Amino acid sequence: MAAPADPQGWLLGQFDQFDPRPAVLSGLPGGAAMTLQYRQNLAALRRVGIGGLPRQPGDPEPLKGPEAEAEANRYQQERRQAFRQAYGAQVQARLAMAISGPAPFAERLVHFWANHFAISTDKLATATMGGPLEFEAIRPGITGRFGSLLLAVVRHPGMMFYLDQAQSIGPGSLLAQAARRRNAPRQPGLNENLAREILELHTLGAGHYTQADVGGLARALTGWSIGGFVRRPLGVPAPDGEFVFQPNWHEPGSVTVAGKTYAQGGAAQAEAILNDLATHPRTAQRLAEKLARHLVADVPPPALVARMAQAYLASGGDLMALYRAVVNAPEAWAQPLAKFKTPWDWTVSVARALPKTNMPDLRLVLMLAELGQPVWRPGSPAGWPDDTARWAAPDALMRRVEVAGRLAGLAGGGDPRGLAAKLLPGTLSAATSAAIARAESPAEGTALLLVCPEFLRR
Amino acid sequence: MIDRTVFVSRRNLLARGAFIGGLALHPRLALAAAGTDARLVFIILRGAMDGLAAIPPLNDNRLEKLRGQLAAPPAQLGAPIKLTADFAAHPALAGFAGLFAAGEAAVVHAIASPYRERSHFDAQNILETAGNAAYAVKDGWLNRLLPLLPAQSPAVALSATLPALLQGAAPATSFAPSRLPDASAGLKVRVAALYEADPLLHRLWSDAIATEMMAGASGSADGPGNSAALAATAARLLADASGPRIAVLDMGGWDTHAGQAQRLNNQLRQLDGVFAALKSGLGAAWSNTLVIAATEFGRTVAANGTGGTDHGTASAALLAGGRVAGGKVHGDWPGLDRLFQDRDLMPTSSLNALFAGAVAGLFGLDPELVVRRAFAAAPAKAMTGIIRT
Repeated sequence: MAAPADPQGWLLGQFDQFDPRPAVLSGLPGGAAMTLQYRQNLAALRRVGIGGLPRQPGDPEPLKGPEAEAEANRYQQERRQAFRQAYGAQVQARLAMAISGPAPFAERLVHFWANHFAISTDKLATATMGGPLEFEAIRPGITGRFGSLLLAVVRHPGMMFYLDQAQSIGPGSLLAQAARRRNAPRQPGLNENLAREILELHTLGAGHYTQADVGGLARALTGWSIGGFVRRPLGVPAPDGEFVFQPNWHEPGSVTVAGKTYAQGGAAQAEAILNDLATHPRTAQRLAEKLARHLVADVPPPALVARMAQAYLASGGDLMALYRAVVNAPEAWAQPLAKFKTPWDWTVSVARALPKTNMPDLRLVLMLAELGQPVWRPGSPAGWPDDTARWAAPDALMRRVEVAGRLAGLAGGGDPRGLAAKLLPGTLSAATSAAIARAESPAEGTALLLVCPEFLRR
Repeated sequence: MIDRTVFVSRRNLLARGAFIGGLALHPRLALAAAGTDARLVFIILRGAMDGLAAIPPLNDNRLEKLRGQLAAPPAQLGAPIKLTADFAAHPALAGFAGLFAAGEAAVVHAIASPYRERSHFDAQNILETAGNAAYAVKDGWLNRLLPLLPAQSPAVALSATLPALLQGAAPATSFAPSRLPDASAGLKVRVAALYEADPLLHRLWSDAIATEMMAGASGSADGPGNSAALAATAARLLADASGPRIAVLDMGGWDTHAGQAQRLNNQLRQLDGVFAALKSGLGAAWSNTLVIAATEFGRTVAANGTGGTDHGTASAALLAGGRVAGGKVHGDWPGLDRLFQDRDLMPTSSLNALFAGAVAGLFGLDPELVVRRAFAAAPAKAMTGIIRT
């Protein structure tokens, strides 16, 4: 891969080749199937009596004694097995697209937005939702308007479950009123989790919203739910995993968010808020800064960020305008190798560098965990940090060296001198080149190439 | 307090074989009885073993003159063990010296491939392919030999991938136990040098090494016993009556540009352990075995400024097993008065000639046929007198 003659055109041209729904995704169970699986998991947990879940009307009699324990163990084993299979297949598909897809820059942006809208698969409800959220809500939306992307993500079961939206009920809704009247043991109520993270993480950013904004958006979002979980009266049944608006769970009245008042309009109320948040100048600034940090430098030039934000706002929130602004900015090309690769970046670049290892991707899945960045498991809705300080650490570096040593052993005895020149055009230093040439074996030379300062950065 | 759990969990992951164990292509050993009882073990010593330190000449005062302190191992490592009137073995090769005394080991000294440059990669490729130029021949000479042998289970390499030596049209397989070595000491030394000019990476790497040492992780050597364990696995496979007859072991870490006295001692001790593991694991089959340990080139006669030696030309090949014409140092000793390009031990024997003569003798093949089929690109007359008849 020689350096392209017109790097700007090369990057932007990739969007014509980018396939939001390539064949590698077609066989994977999506958000609907995973919602059904989650529902079945909950039912099984109630049946075997783990997790302390309350019995629902219609549930079979729970098991007791040693039989229950054996059943519980068997169930847990099956669940873990199913998880490994589903998660492994999703990560493998993601890797395949990143390693050999025709549009690596577009894939990078998919991963950027997936991290912006991070969910974490360490929750039962979202254990296998990382792939579906990225493949169904994010991939198709990276070239359109940010508002549409935001809406698609928020309505996806992955995000709904992760931030506890699916059962958020307006305190003044018909359902809540009915529950109060019959003095139900569990009174339904508001859940602010999703509303808060939309304001803090997805749009305006910390310090730029108030608790009143959170409450307003949370009330507007009540009734936004997912099919498959309606046991309550006054609910509209819907297929598993499908977004559904439940009018009888929705809080009546107008709300105020970020200084603007939104009249009641059912589902349209929150949609209008999300739309306005997407083109808020604070959001523009924040998205521009995050993307510039990802693509250009840990501390991106403020002038560049300002121009990107401006282009974004002028276009009415068009993501392509944002991308064009950064790709065509001279600042973006001034400092090569300014970014320390994340374990994901490094793994993908290693796999691209050593196609001969023919590594079954499952091993790459485990490798990502070993290197400290298991896919879709950042552990928090804030996603993975995107700066050198997070990833360049002594133990992390040692792990990369160990992994490089093993992978180079698998790659066979190709000549690493030619490979280095090919992989690092224009950035390979004389010192690295000499160190690789002096290695005691081709495998050792290849290992050095994979961990040299130039290859650890991008 | 150092948190050791991170090491424990990482290494457990590896130990479970989650990462690399599954990669091993488990050799499917054919059940048909193999057509030959002879066994060949080929050990590739990658990085250029210093033949003059492994098998030093006893009566050549030029060695001390050119090498100074490095001419003999430091006293605390023990004295060289006399093999013949003219040669000794490094004290770390005590086991090998014992085999030599029992007539089960031999040396071919001042030996080299046809390659006369000093690149490890190119030299190893020529050692393995017997090509007349690096990367000119695509398959390994040992693979080209396989069709000449009676039907047998595929030759096996004890590594995650097939070395060039065994690559080619004939079936061969590789087998790696679930626990491959962690990053080798050699790689870590080179990584340290690679990061010297990069302030961030230099600081991180120094911290990582310091932490590893404090945590007592096996930061030194290639993990003690790793090579011997691989050799034991090879011996187990070869000892099986219906198993493979040819095994290849890879052993790196010989590129001793600095601190040679200690590093070479570790390397040779490991190699000594490999011979011992092969003998004990092969049991009765040892009597029908030939082990060849060869390296891509030798090292400079003179010591360099960092207590080591640089890339040279001729080295020594070590042979062992019940089939070797043992108790001898084969080859013509060129002496150290006249050096190749005024710096290296002069090559007087050809590795290709040794390999051709050894495998022809071991498997009862016509030496000329072996040369024609396996060493056609850089033919050398097959060496005689290597195999006990």
